[in-house]
Amino acid sequence: MNRSMTKVILLAGAMMLAACHGKSAVKEQPTAGAAVPANETSGPANGSGTTMNPLPGGAAGSVSALAEAANNAPIDTRTIYFDFDKSDIKPQYDDVIAAHAKTLSANPTLKIKLEGNTDERGTREYNIGLGERRAQAVRRALMLQGVADSQITTVSYGSERPAVEGDTEAAWSKNRRVDMVYLP
Amino acid sequence: MNKRLLLLAAPLWILVAGIVGAPPARSEFLVQITRGQDTAIPIAIVPFAVPPGASTFDVAGLIAHDLDGSGRFKSMDRKDMIGEPHAGAEIAFDDWRRLNSDYILVGRLARPAPNAYDIVYELYNVLTRQRLLGYQVHTDSAGLRLASHQIADMVYQSITGIRGAFATHIAYVSVLGHVPHRTYQLVVADADGANPHVVMQSSQPLMSPAWSPHGRRIAYVSFEDHLPSIYVQVLKTGARRRVSATAGVNQAPAWSPDGRRLAVTLSDRSGNLDIYILDLATGGLTRVTHDPGIDTEAQWSKDGRSLYFTSDRDGGPQIFEKSLDAGGRPRRLTFEGSYNARPRLSPDESRLALVTREHGDYRIATLDLKHDGGMQVLTKGRFDVSPSFAPNGAEIIYATRSAGRGVLALVSTDGRVQQTLMSTVGEVQEPAWGPFQGND
Repeated sequence: MNRSMTKVILLAGAMMLAACHGKSAVKEQPTAGAAVPANETSGPANGSGTTMNPLPGGAAGSVSALAEAANNAPIDTRTIYFDFDKSDIKPQYDDVIAAHAKTLSANPTLKIKLEGNTDERGTREYNIGLGERRAQAVRRALMLQGVADSQITTVSYGSERPAVEGDTEAAWSKNRRVDMVYLP
Repeated sequence: MNKRLLLLAAPLWILVAGIVGAPPARSEFLVQITRGQDTAIPIAIVPFAVPPGASTFDVAGLIAHDLDGSGRFKSMDRKDMIGEPHAGAEIAFDDWRRLNSDYILVGRLARPAPNAYDIVYELYNVLTRQRLLGYQVHTDSAGLRLASHQIADMVYQSITGIRGAFATHIAYVSVLGHVPHRTYQLVVADADGANPHVVMQSSQPLMSPAWSPHGRRIAYVSFEDHLPSIYVQVLKTGARRRVSATAGVNQAPAWSPDGRRLAVTLSDRSGNLDIYILDLATGGLTRVTHDPGIDTEAQWSKDGRSLYFTSDRDGGPQIFEKSLDAGGRPRRLTFEGSYNARPRLSPDESRLALVTREHGDYRIATLDLKHDGGMQVLTKGRFDVSPSFAPNGAEIIYATRSAGRGVLALVSTDGRVQQTLMSTVGEVQEPAWGPFQGND
């Protein structure tokens, strides 16, 4: 009871953050992705609990409104987690990829930034390479489902921008991720 | 186990500020010697005489701290001293010999003008009574710290035969605050962590500081535009220039020995990382590696004719060497273990320092390049990364974690002496030891 209330409050806070950042300048966007740790339903520790949340698709409206709507969609659909030292997308994220691909292909003006991240172990520059590999895996998966190359940008932060601090597998599993950020 | 704690209070001054107005870095380092050397040389460093009204800066105390920190010396506790000589003629050698001191350093400060100091010091061999050093150093009150490090360098070299590196500098990245509101600072400090200056600050990551060959410039990676770019910054003026901002990855800058080029890691549209050489004058790029794996973390040989780098072309990351003159495939250098990365070349080119993974833990190791002596693991931490050689090759500074925080640590190149530099603020990472000063 207590725990789930905390979770609700954290989640609400994260969504407020996300909403806030959805309206702000491009450069503040990545912070919304960093709010992910509040969500505990879809991390790698609990892969089967992924929930499907349809994204806005095909609706008329300005690009920035679409981006904002997409960024405000339930946050568990905007982060894909990876196993240690791996860059293959686990099958549990097939529906998530499909939902984003559908939205992006139905709205060719919409742009998405894929931010690749690793946990803190290992050398920092090699981790940049691993983060890039993860971002590219998501990029290829989206393009396979019809998203135009021009709609996607990638950036690797390696281990420089953890979502969760701490020297535990629980924290690391939240940091091995690709954050999908819609650009206004 | 030789365990001691010393607190170095760092005065605050900002030498240079980057484009962002930077507050002073409040960084105090606790030096904790975690593993000592049994063969440390006993030396008495007698407090220097100070004229009335002069600076209370403890020159002898800092010299002792430097020498003790190297692990090669053990300075006598002042409580055990049997007198306070300040010149050779005042030394009662027989008494000092009974205290088992092999060497004795004495000195005195004079103040010829209100803000001018002359430090006279003499180093003696207690057994032979021979004077090994006798010098006068002229400085001002702000220069007393540097002068003390320089005297420590002279003593260190006189006794060990190895050039001292106490009067050099380090650069590192300091991370303040917590996710998602972190502040990243690029800091330049004295080699002992004192005098930290923030040279660049950003709300986005800063990475991979690299000193130019003469220590006047630093190259680094900044995500300030929410994409990685490589900058070169002049330390004295703070002037900086963005030298690489290609689409995709711009990482891991490494200076050529002539200071005219950088080896950098760039990516193509498919995200494949390869190493290129960037000519700083023309902006021209020459591709060095051609492989679908991750190729990164380049480091030049001293003659500028080959690069050491990390590549996972064979699976996990391993160290390779590629000649820049001859074509041909890179030569793989590491074969022990599944993870060897981020090579750094020792000043005498006899070995590489690198990060190796042992049973899931990341540690600093050296790879013998001259005699095929294989790898020697020097540290015992779980998260030891970012090794950087002191310019005299005697020590390696690296980043580790202690009590959940990023800290810097030192290990002697033979692995026998280890110290932790505990910063009192923030996370400290990616140390880079600068070159000797004044040799250009």
